[in-house]
Amino acid sequence: MSATTKPVNQKAWFLILPVLLCVAFSAIVPLMTVVNYSVQDIISPERRVFVGTEWFAAVMRDEELHAALWRQLTFSLAVLLVEIPLGILLALSMPAQGWKASAVLVLVALSLLIPWNVVGTIWQIYGRTDIGLLGAALQSMGIDYNYTGHASDAWVTVLVMDVWHWTPLVALLCYAGLRSIPDAYYQAARIDGASKLAVFRYIQLPKMRGVLMIAVLLRFMDSFMIYTEPFVLTGGGPGNATTFLSQYLTQKAVGQFDLGPAAAFSLIYFLIILLLCFILYNWMQRVGTTAKEGAGHE
Amino acid sequence: MAHITLDLAHSYKPRPQQDSDYALLPLAMEFQDGGAYALLGPSGCGKTTMLNIMSGLLVPSHGKVLFDGRDVTRATPQDRNIAQVFQFPVIYDTMTVAENLAFPLKNRKLPEARIRERVGRIAEMLEMSGQLDQRAAGLAADAKQKISLGRGLVREDVAAVLFDEPLTVIDPHLKWQLRRKLKQIHHELKLTLIYVTHDQVEALTFADQVVVMSRGKVMQLGTPDALFERPQHQFVGHFIGSPGMNFLPAQSAAGRLQVAGHALEQPAGRGLPEGALQVGVRPEYLALAQPGAAGALPCTVQRVQDIGTYQMLTAQVGEHLLRARFAPEQRLPAPGETAWLQVLGAHTCYYQNEELLP
Repeated sequence: MSATTKPVNQKAWFLILPVLLCVAFSAIVPLMTVVNYSVQDIISPERRVFVGTEWFAAVMRDEELHAALWRQLTFSLAVLLVEIPLGILLALSMPAQGWKASAVLVLVALSLLIPWNVVGTIWQIYGRTDIGLLGAALQSMGIDYNYTGHASDAWVTVLVMDVWHWTPLVALLCYAGLRSIPDAYYQAARIDGASKLAVFRYIQLPKMRGVLMIAVLLRFMDSFMIYTEPFVLTGGGPGNATTFLSQYLTQKAVGQFDLGPAAAFSLIYFLIILLLCFILYNWMQRVGTTAKEGAGHE
Repeated sequence: MAHITLDLAHSYKPRPQQDSDYALLPLAMEFQDGGAYALLGPSGCGKTTMLNIMSGLLVPSHGKVLFDGRDVTRATPQDRNIAQVFQFPVIYDTMTVAENLAFPLKNRKLPEARIRERVGRIAEMLEMSGQLDQRAAGLAADAKQKISLGRGLVREDVAAVLFDEPLTVIDPHLKWQLRRKLKQIHHELKLTLIYVTHDQVEALTFADQVVVMSRGKVMQLGTPDALFERPQHQFVGHFIGSPGMNFLPAQSAAGRLQVAGHALEQPAGRGLPEGALQVGVRPEYLALAQPGAAGALPCTVQRVQDIGTYQMLTAQVGEHLLRARFAPEQRLPAPGETAWLQVLGAHTCYYQNEELLP
């Protein structure tokens, strides 16, 4: 060995071993098990056959799954369309300081502290037409409301439940964004004679862009993976009206023990979420930057 | 454009008990139409409070604000038609430079052609014509502050333009340029400009009239020359100038003045009251004198510093330090030697209870 070559020391590799092990056991190994199942037909614990991409092809042709996917997409879209504007509105109307601010913050955050299945149970009872406050009230007003019987009622109830449960998250994020705007901006806007709408459009909304992006991504991912609440509330029914993707997946994997198709589908599911988040993120990054740049050159 | 009259006090506390509860102690001030004013004072002296009261962002807890005799105490900034530029650049991120400049005009529903003309004019003034179509968010801090300045100047019918330490974020060499620009704009547009700063150079070069403030109190309103020559209050003497005025305690009795242990002849024609006084003399006026000359004190030289454009001599008399400025070519005594300094002279000021004696 010449004096100029650096001494070779591979000991550093051992230092990343703990991280490697953690990631392997928390992510890579489970994922690979799923990949393993997705390319085999497991007939019994002893007998299995390699089927290649057959399950993927079968899953892609599955009509029920298409229906669940569309249901899921519509649901997530509805969640975003309702919760984001509502959250912004809520944040704008929350007091900025004093004991009222603290009180309102606690009140708003309350629903976030309730476990998912309890939320489902609360709404299941709340919406019942015999003893539930909401269901009975609607019935007595002459509205034929019944979430266990009518598909649209069930769908709307799940949506309202999600809005009730998660809009506070959007509101809290927006509130944090609003509080970080320096006073000088509002003062300058008053001096410039800006209307309330202009203040929102040109100061508050642009300054909330970062937190809104997080809110949209979080709400999209969460709503796309929704399972517990509709499972407790409607059990996916009536019929398939509120069977969203993860419930469909659970039915396949645990209910019917179709491990192969379920594994293939969960991989596709994972890719869909990844892809949609990627698109959303990039689109939101661009909104307000390039769009304006183009307008400037008109 | 407007003549602004203030007769007010302000406290941020709901029930002010003593002087220290007030951000602004009771004061009465007038700002002439078309004047260039500076509010000068250390941090926390109430100058920004006064500015915000004038612009209408803040309602004073006591008293009134008049614009041309009209009571506007509770009027909004829009009603007062005032423009204000803040310490840190405020720009509308999603807009281009041109849209930013046009924003105050658009909100007031001016015709499109008129807006374009004004924006073009202001952009030219600020040398930003080439950047009009750029997004404002991507610009450097000083360019952003130029936009803020531009938004303050773009309306031509404003009652006054108020600046709240607008050049804090700007590089020193650009500071000079922008300050000159503002002065030039003042001459061209004849707007009432009120400029808040804690930098005396900025205040003295920008304004025709400077308001020196300390602890919520207006110490003196005067021209830069008056502040330099005849500070009305010891604080002003100390605050203005670099370094500030030298003060020596003195006892006046029977036509003689006891200064730092030396008995001096009182200057002729000045009827100084008996009792404890303070003698104030600017470093610029503290000249070398012949030993034993009238009004001069023997001092021990402590230090002579060459500060490029001038020399600074620090000397001790009794337990007091005196600082004097001399031209760079002047021959000065070395440290440890005794130098006679002309303390009493034409430019010397006399103070009793911190107030200037006439």
